[in-house]
Amino acid sequence: MALANVLQSESVDFSNYGRKCRGFTSSLYETELGLESVGGDNLSFAVRTACSDGDGSERKIQFLHGTTTLAFKFQHGVIVAVDSRATAGAYIASQTVKKVIEINPYLLGTMAGGAADCSFWERLLARQCRVYELRNKERISVAAASKLLANMVYQYKGMGLSMGTMVCGWDKTGPGLYYVDSEGNRVCGDLFAVGSGSMYAYGIVDSGLKQKDLTVEEACDLGCRAIYQATYRDAYSGGQVNLYHVHSEGWNRVSQSDVLLLHQQYQAEKA
Amino acid sequence: MAMSYDRAITVFSPDGHLFQVEYAQEAVKKGSTAVGVRGKNVVVLGVEKKTVAKLQDDRTVRKICALDDNVFMAFAGLTADARIVVNRARVECQSHRLTVEDPVTVEYITRFISSIKQRYTQSSGRRPFGISSLIVGFDFDGTPHLYQTDPSGTYHAWKANAIGRSAKTVREFLEKNYKEEHMESDTDTIKLAIRALLEVVQSGGKNIELAIMKRDESMKILVQEEIEEYVTAIEKEKEEAEKQKKKT
Repeated sequence: MALANVLQSESVDFSNYGRKCRGFTSSLYETELGLESVGGDNLSFAVRTACSDGDGSERKIQFLHGTTTLAFKFQHGVIVAVDSRATAGAYIASQTVKKVIEINPYLLGTMAGGAADCSFWERLLARQCRVYELRNKERISVAAASKLLANMVYQYKGMGLSMGTMVCGWDKTGPGLYYVDSEGNRVCGDLFAVGSGSMYAYGIVDSGLKQKDLTVEEACDLGCRAIYQATYRDAYSGGQVNLYHVHSEGWNRVSQSDVLLLHQQYQAEKA
Repeated sequence: MAMSYDRAITVFSPDGHLFQVEYAQEAVKKGSTAVGVRGKNVVVLGVEKKTVAKLQDDRTVRKICALDDNVFMAFAGLTADARIVVNRARVECQSHRLTVEDPVTVEYITRFISSIKQRYTQSSGRRPFGISSLIVGFDFDGTPHLYQTDPSGTYHAWKANAIGRSAKTVREFLEKNYKEEHMESDTDTIKLAIRALLEVVQSGGKNIELAIMKRDESMKILVQEEIEEYVTAIEKEKEEAEKQKKKT
């Protein structure tokens, strides 16, 4: 992210600080690195800073792998829940990032990885979807939209794009959910969580989805709680929980809840 | 002169005609007749089979081509031109399946074929395709369609239509005898197509090639015996109709 670049060139210490703390926070840091190597194909996206720290080592652009995004299908559509924290190393760059991209009134995309990559390609996808709709006089299916996106980024495979997004929508075959990333993966599924906090989110959703038919409120609450729990344990996720619900008429934004207020609410419920 | 070679072959005449396209339509009128009928649950294409020479293999002369599992077409005009169009359409059907994960709709592939034809009326050094085609099939949601394209690149949807030699006569016959209620029955739809072809084809059922497609089934080319069955049934109905007329 541009902010990360600016910070790194101005204050070398931050990235060093992260590396020094490697011993303690190694597991989390490695998660981030792990995702990077998935997204890079051994191609490190390095930035030469003006004031290097003596040994002339190259610093990597910090991408938005520090995040938790989640989407799952249920009887009444798809729930999409995301956090809103952006980090540059151990510095919280922003607590109010919009990680859900509204492709069109019935398709949503989530953002993980490079923010610019995600928003650019998803806006391009929105343009393609609109042209399809005009030419064929019917809405594009979620399968086709995710295929278009996957094919677009596949042409840039190995060139350093970093994008892990979930394309969610409702078409004539019902609710649709696809995970697409810059590696060229495109997977259909009922539940996906992407980012450093994804493991914590999976835990909550997997146990909550035991009952077959959830109501809309129950599903929204589940999504909210999953992101909250991820922000509780993952340092790189936080801020607010943005919750969307995709149904047959399109999507609508259900809520935006600050994580700290959710914490107080859940603590009160426990007592 | 170098200038005359890079002029487009299709140019406007002073009174607004594209003569090359109109000449292409004349070429179509010389081709053997093809008839298409859209029923409620079945779509039918019939073509006039030209009598083959004794030493020629009958099966290599196929005027009805499948484009995909749910779409097939027949053409009238230059067979060689048709081969190119059919090839491109077949590839496009698969490309569509790959990118959109759905089979083509009949309208989409018709639009694609028409765009190819139109492109050739507006390119330098190329002549228009000398074929008209009848494209039939079922969409993913089960609705049947029949479209006709012509060398200019326009397309229209029809309930029943004919192209090629004596297309006018056949079309008039279809207009007189097409009945909406009859289209509910598969046999009646097939019979209408055969009756229309019999109007212009010499020597009856031997020179007719027929292909049908029922919803959710693949295209079926009728064997000679099956066609003969329909022809005998039709002739019986004709006799009975005449007897009725004589009585009254």
